[in-house]
Amino acid sequence: MTKKQILVLSSTLFFVWFVVYMATDVWGLINSFQQVNIIWAGINVILAVSLNLVVGFTGQLALGHAGFMAVGAYTSAVLTMHFGIPYVLAILAGAVMAFFMGIVIGLPTLRLRGDYLAIATLGFGEIIRGVLVNIDYVGGAAGINGIAKITNWTWTYIFTIITVVLINNFIHSLHGKACITIRDDEVASELMGINTTYYKTLAFSMGAFFAGIAGGLYAHYFFMIQPATFALQKSFDALVMVVLGGLGSITGAVLAGLGVTFMNAALIELGAFRMVIYSVLLILVMMFRPQGLMGNKEFSARVFDRILPKRGGKDDV
Amino acid sequence: METLIAQILNGLSLGSIYALIALGYTMVYGIIQLINFAHGEILMIGAYVGYFSVAVLGLNIYMALLLSMFVSSLVGVLIERIAYKPLRKSGRLSVLITAIGMSLLLQNGGLIVFGTDFVPFPQVIERIPYRLFGGRFVVTSHQILIFAVSILMMLLLQYIVGYTKIGMAMRAVSYDKEAASLMGINVDNVISFTFVIGSSLGAVAGVLLGLYYQTIHPLMGFMPGLKAFVAAVLGGIGVIPGAMLGGFLLGIIEALVSGYWSTTYKDPVVFVVLIVILIVKPTGLLGKNTSEKV
Repeated sequence: MTKKQILVLSSTLFFVWFVVYMATDVWGLINSFQQVNIIWAGINVILAVSLNLVVGFTGQLALGHAGFMAVGAYTSAVLTMHFGIPYVLAILAGAVMAFFMGIVIGLPTLRLRGDYLAIATLGFGEIIRGVLVNIDYVGGAAGINGIAKITNWTWTYIFTIITVVLINNFIHSLHGKACITIRDDEVASELMGINTTYYKTLAFSMGAFFAGIAGGLYAHYFFMIQPATFALQKSFDALVMVVLGGLGSITGAVLAGLGVTFMNAALIELGAFRMVIYSVLLILVMMFRPQGLMGNKEFSARVFDRILPKRGGKDDV
Repeated sequence: METLIAQILNGLSLGSIYALIALGYTMVYGIIQLINFAHGEILMIGAYVGYFSVAVLGLNIYMALLLSMFVSSLVGVLIERIAYKPLRKSGRLSVLITAIGMSLLLQNGGLIVFGTDFVPFPQVIERIPYRLFGGRFVVTSHQILIFAVSILMMLLLQYIVGYTKIGMAMRAVSYDKEAASLMGINVDNVISFTFVIGSSLGAVAGVLLGLYYQTIHPLMGFMPGLKAFVAAVLGGIGVIPGAMLGGFLLGIIEALVSGYWSTTYKDPVVFVVLIVILIVKPTGLLGKNTSEKV
């Protein structure tokens, strides 16, 4: 990216933050239902982008994202409630905890082929839930209640932007390229001297780290967490977002995160029918566009270059 | 000692249900290397067909079993033809995601069609407790029925796979699809037949599960489906006797955990078993080591 593009991008991002901030806190244009969905949008974008790192870029089908979200949520909630740790530190600690859980679960299972990973991560999500139900310190099945409500639009926005930027940079680094080779052909990648287990575990635990952040944000907005909150349904939601957005597209995942949040809000009264729509979408996308709607294409500002009339020379290539 | 044996007996009847489900997984996996996530939902459909044929049509349990086997295998083949067959050439990830989509579709479709309530499953045979060894152990007629039907189905499966022409074709296709088709085997039909058998076993498991838990629900298939997959991995995926062994072992483990520890730990322990087996012997107890072909 050129300096000019970075400038344009960061000022757009700032503008978006400013408008939503003013609309919620100053002008009072956004009602509470919309506010909840704005926070959800941030959380969903984080979940989608971080799961895309694992599924879309590294090609490992992981179904335990909700489990890592739970680790982040519970850790950060306990830290702020019982130990008085500041909010940001608590969320980061939750994410680090999820990261280590990612290593613990990833090392044994990622040595194996993808199908086992799907079941093992799914099982791991259930283990987390089962263990949380049995720990009285965190309220058992009733969960934790009365967590301080600190997450707001600004925090959600900051964490979302940081997540997207960090994962984007990782993907474009040498490590990220190693992950992509694993997705494309694991055997060839190993023959090229890439330590596939290392990179798979790295991508997996990084995904877990950011899922932990999403969990921390969630806990400090909805101020109540239960093991049932982080059921498999949440992992599947994240998978739907990744598949719709495109396996291997950061902007696709961002758009899908926003889109699914919007659809969830619009279809809230449909109940089970909403999931029928999602599952049919999932199957149709896999049949007709197995790389996801956006594929590995990125949505970029160049689209506007094509739409808007050209002003000058070729300096912005 | 008494509780131990009582729990093992209990585990054997639950384990035989797991074994039946695991057989469906392992056969489909053996032939097209796909984890058929929708298998648990086939089981649920089988249970509902069983329920309707007993409660509405007034059939006896054996006719109900046959009818639910028929409907479930129809659904199984439809799923295979509509969702999995077009993707046979594409990557594993796409098929796996499609299977998950199918499972979600059937679960939520079930919630819409059958409602969200737990339905009491009709108790088709009288629950008679038999006291053995001077009343020290109690075996109920339900446990005996579940165990007997499962064993019968397994024997039937062994016969079909081992001693019939279509069984030989199945073994050939699972060994090498291309070579099998060169030998004049219609691979598509053999794969569909595998789904028929797997789904029939799943349907039987569904009806038996309805008898075991005495209620049915549109989401009832999911957890037993996952556990049966763990059983299949435990025994060695793709290996038929392995699925049976894994099913029985898992049933007994679950019964022992519920009996001696706490019922809230029985689900997590199953997945701990999975992770341990994946670390120690990823090919499963009866699996053979095969190196990946490039």
